Amino acid sequence: MSLGKKIPTRDGFGDEIVALGKENKNILVVDADIGKSCKTGAFRKELPEQYLNVGIAEQNCAGVAAGLATCGKIPFVVTYAAFGSMRMCEMIRQEIAYPHLNVKIACSHGGVTPANDGASHQAIEDMGILRTIPNMTVIMPADYWSARKLVRAAAEYDGPVYLRFTRDAIPEIYGEDVEFEIGKAYQLRDGKDVAIVANGDTVRLAIEAAETLAAQGIEARVLDMHTVKPIDTDAVVAAVQDCQQIITVEDHNIINGLGSAVACVAAEMGKGRVWRLGIQDQFGQSAPYERLLEVNGVTVGNIVDVAHKLTKK
Amino acid sequence: MSSMKENLSIVELQNKCIDLKKNAISMIYKAQSGHPGGSLSVAEFVTACYWHAMDVDPQNPRWADRDRFVLSKGHVCPAQYAALAMKGYFPMEVLDTLRKEGSPLQGHPSMTKCPGIDISTGSLGQGLACAAGMALAAKLDNKSYNVFCAVGDGECNEGEIWEACGTAYKYKLDNLVVFVDWNNLQLDGTCEEIMPPISLAKKFEAFGFEVYEINGNDMAEVVDALDKALASKNGLPKCIVGKTVKGKGVSFMENQCGWHGVAPNDEQYRQAMEELDAQYVK
Repeated sequence: MSLGKKIPTRDGFGDEIVALGKENKNILVVDADIGKSCKTGAFRKELPEQYLNVGIAEQNCAGVAAGLATCGKIPFVVTYAAFGSMRMCEMIRQEIAYPHLNVKIACSHGGVTPANDGASHQAIEDMGILRTIPNMTVIMPADYWSARKLVRAAAEYDGPVYLRFTRDAIPEIYGEDVEFEIGKAYQLRDGKDVAIVANGDTVRLAIEAAETLAAQGIEARVLDMHTVKPIDTDAVVAAVQDCQQIITVEDHNIINGLGSAVACVAAEMGKGRVWRLGIQDQFGQSAPYERLLEVNGVTVGNIVDVAHKLTKK
Repeated sequence: MSSMKENLSIVELQNKCIDLKKNAISMIYKAQSGHPGGSLSVAEFVTACYWHAMDVDPQNPRWADRDRFVLSKGHVCPAQYAALAMKGYFPMEVLDTLRKEGSPLQGHPSMTKCPGIDISTGSLGQGLACAAGMALAAKLDNKSYNVFCAVGDGECNEGEIWEACGTAYKYKLDNLVVFVDWNNLQLDGTCEEIMPPISLAKKFEAFGFEVYEINGNDMAEVVDALDKALASKNGLPKCIVGKTVKGKGVSFMENQCGWHGVAPNDEQYRQAMEELDAQYVK
């Protein structure tokens, strides 16, 4: 399959939230003064009655959203992943997840995609943190179109959801007509030699790696595991049974992210092998986005090399 | 739905407050766990809210147009649990299950477990932001309900309290009434020792609130401040700074830091009940 034009997934959020807000006046955006950067500008302009901005006060932002949700509103709290997961963390736990309130934490700048901003703005811990909080659903879409579909799915789901988008542009993978279900992996390619399980901005790398491998006689299954929690256990079990060898690829610390979630399923099966590619438990720096992935081994070439190593008879 | 508000005299409210304090202390005694000091200092405010200021329906705890109550200082929930039981949200016997496995009466309030709890609290500093969100929802929907929020003086150490004040001012939440339970004692010592509050009244005023400074254990003053706060529809959020006594009504608990989170023994419980019984106004 061919990859399309490059567009950040935060744009998918920004476009879909306007459509959702027009359909349902209870859908609100609650910004913390980085709305422009998180692509809520159109919502603010077109739906001013449903737009709130509480200033650079993330803890309060989460609490206000919780209060709004108790009164029937569906607030989308909008910030960067580093702040949405860490500055707001305890408020999300206490006031949103514990009472299972219908609040969505919609975060741009996931992983190392705020590349030039440096380590302070790169969120490599966020999904791991959110994943350990009961009642939370954690999602990272792989492109503009799946971002739109998954934002809609999150709005339709009654409960707390953490959504993570990219700052930087990544290629389109899907078309407008592809459907996504929370908690259900999307299989992009079938294969029995190795399974490459990725999410977010690394799905494109998995697709390219699988194509390279196919040319070399290795058939890779590619799964877009957009929902890290609840993890699609059935898809992981099938991948272990069919392929035995699994490579996980993520723009997140290899500790406690997608790789950990997949490895836990395999470990409990007592079968298969899981090789985690991702951020190597180290802080980033200001550098080009692709370079930051490269220094952590998150590249097409490395996925291919690992696949060869794992499938060597 | 028409108003469910009650119309009690000050004396009736004072006696109701003694009932509430006895129930709160009894719960903590039976559980041998809980926070008596703050439950007693905030009791007049809780009583005045539930039996004077608030429009709620115990038979329909999720009534969309009800007034809301947020106990930001969630550890003093025995005071609110007592009020909820006395109002008929759940049977009085349930009070005996405080802090027991499977009880709706968790050590800190849970909105999914206990009818009448409008938001789960317990981690300090977080309730006011939630209360502001509720008051904001009323404004967005052109509804007339009010939101009452009890915060502790010690809790005002938390930055999120002041962040929430910003939201309350910006969105003109004159339907939000904050009560600061200024008993001057935190867990580790006096407010001055732990983190000098300077002036809580001036701080809230500087953040754009209309402030009422009162004796927070004087029922007539609490009722008067609530009436004034609710009548003032000038776009400003309201703050009642209530000077209170931690442990108010039980002599050996009054102004004692040690009674923050300790349950009375048999003898102490008997004495507390005797002292509270003697305070009923004939």
